[in-house]
Amino acid sequence: MFLKTYPWRRIDPVPCAPLRKPLAESRIALVTTAGFHLPDQTPFDCDKRGGDTSYRVIPNDADVSTLLEAHRSETFDHAGVRADPNLAFPLDRLREMGLPLAPRHLSFMGSITAPGRLIAESAPEAAQLLVDDGVDVALLVPV
Amino acid sequence: MCNQAVSLIAAELERRGITTVCVILLREIAEKVRPPRALAVPFRHGFPLGAPNDPALQRRVIEAALALLERNEVPAYGSFTVA
Repeated sequence: MFLKTYPWRRIDPVPCAPLRKPLAESRIALVTTAGFHLPDQTPFDCDKRGGDTSYRVIPNDADVSTLLEAHRSETFDHAGVRADPNLAFPLDRLREMGLPLAPRHLSFMGSITAPGRLIAESAPEAAQLLVDDGVDVALLVPV
Repeated sequence: MCNQAVSLIAAELERRGITTVCVILLREIAEKVRPPRALAVPFRHGFPLGAPNDPALQRRVIEAALALLERNEVPAYGSFTVA
């Protein structure tokens, strides 16, 4: 019911950045909204009204199996991503595929009902971080 | 909500020259929010790349998503089928 009446944001115009080089030579970053954080990072604030729009930086040498999941939504079964974070943050898969990886990847918590701060602040800041790292391509995975 | 969040982040990255593709669990949300490129997957919430500890399936989804990066007539959407 909520989803039927929710005022979804509409991206308009739809921006397009064509690939600048072949994928095999493109530096790829992962962006997940599964709410993962490393053991030494502060978990997301599940009580924040409208949703916690902050993000965590996951270094490329992180051990995926140590990621903790702090997603607040009760609308999905958390067992999968807790058993295998690659289900929503497939860094091990990208390593196996031999793609050039960015030095830093990003984790958000996607349960953001009021995305104003995401649009105005954290998404631009996160984008700049990836630009600074020379990222060419991003794969984004929700949960 | 997760589908909207990845879409909004993707748009911001794309505006700054980073080519993006989103995995999307609800195609109708993608069509409303309009991320530049998205692969709709037939999996339930919580299982965006199919199944935990199934590297072969996860990799197939990733490869299908990355294939969309070549498409520049946006929005560009594809669908993943398990069969």
